[in-house]
Amino acid sequence: MNSSVIIFPGSNCDRDMDVALKKFGFKNKMIWHNDTELPKSDLVVLPGGFSYGDYLRCGSMASKSKIIESVIKFAKSGGLLLGICNGFQILTETELLPGALLKNKHSEFICKNVFVKINSTENNYFKNIKKNILELHIAHNEGNFFCSSDQIKNINDNNQIAVTYCNKDGENDDSSNPNGAINNIAGLFNKQKNILGMMPHPERMIDTYLSGDDGSIFFQNLITNFK
Amino acid sequence: MKISAIVTLKKDVLDPQGKVVHQALNGIGFNNVKEVRQGKYFEIDIDEKDKKKAEEKAEDMCKKLLANLVIEDYKIIGSQ
Repeated sequence: MNSSVIIFPGSNCDRDMDVALKKFGFKNKMIWHNDTELPKSDLVVLPGGFSYGDYLRCGSMASKSKIIESVIKFAKSGGLLLGICNGFQILTETELLPGALLKNKHSEFICKNVFVKINSTENNYFKNIKKNILELHIAHNEGNFFCSSDQIKNINDNNQIAVTYCNKDGENDDSSNPNGAINNIAGLFNKQKNILGMMPHPERMIDTYLSGDDGSIFFQNLITNFK
Repeated sequence: MKISAIVTLKKDVLDPQGKVVHQALNGIGFNNVKEVRQGKYFEIDIDEKDKKKAEEKAEDMCKKLLANLVIEDYKIIGSQ
């Protein structure tokens, strides 16, 4: 399985993602933002970080970068496109996903482990996943998912909510919502479910001793779904 | 022609930065402040002599990049 990780100036989770993808069997290539062509890929990843220094709005500059036209073309033809953290922000700025990510409700950068519940398994990301609640890491200043009332209606009607912040028992209560996101939304699909944006970082949870293993479950499942 | 534009968060969008600025103003003695909303100001120098055309171009820039219309409003506030 071939994957491509896009590197923007200011990306800082690109190499973590490269390590994670290779660990679970992807043949990964790193693609520079000024390139115009994507290599043949089964999966394209927009990594976390601070692309273009978060200038103007998080993800806004990256959404106009040279490589992005090829990324949009790839996603519109049905390719799997995954955006983590800043990658999620880029996906909303390109309008491949609805809504926007605002500054966290309590004006603080949040860096901690959270639990997220998988809301939909009828897609290539979570089909057959062996755990319903994952412990993953978040590290962001702008993760407060916001959208209009019409958009949230469409999101719900099309079952586009991918993962939601929850407590360890899987309850989506207010105290487990770290940033004020509408309906505890931590990750979102497009209507066709080939594009996934999420704030949590599965690539930071792939080592039993250093972090935890729930990211491994995500990547292992993802590559199994390709086979 | 120089165009001035402002981009502000829509009224129903939470503005934590504005809130913190409000608290800081209270802290230094401005106790009668009711609310603070923070926005962005742009000065755009366009190589265009026609005011209407320049403003139209700036509006297009706001729609395509300077503002995210899901959460923000824009306004062209001057041209000279």
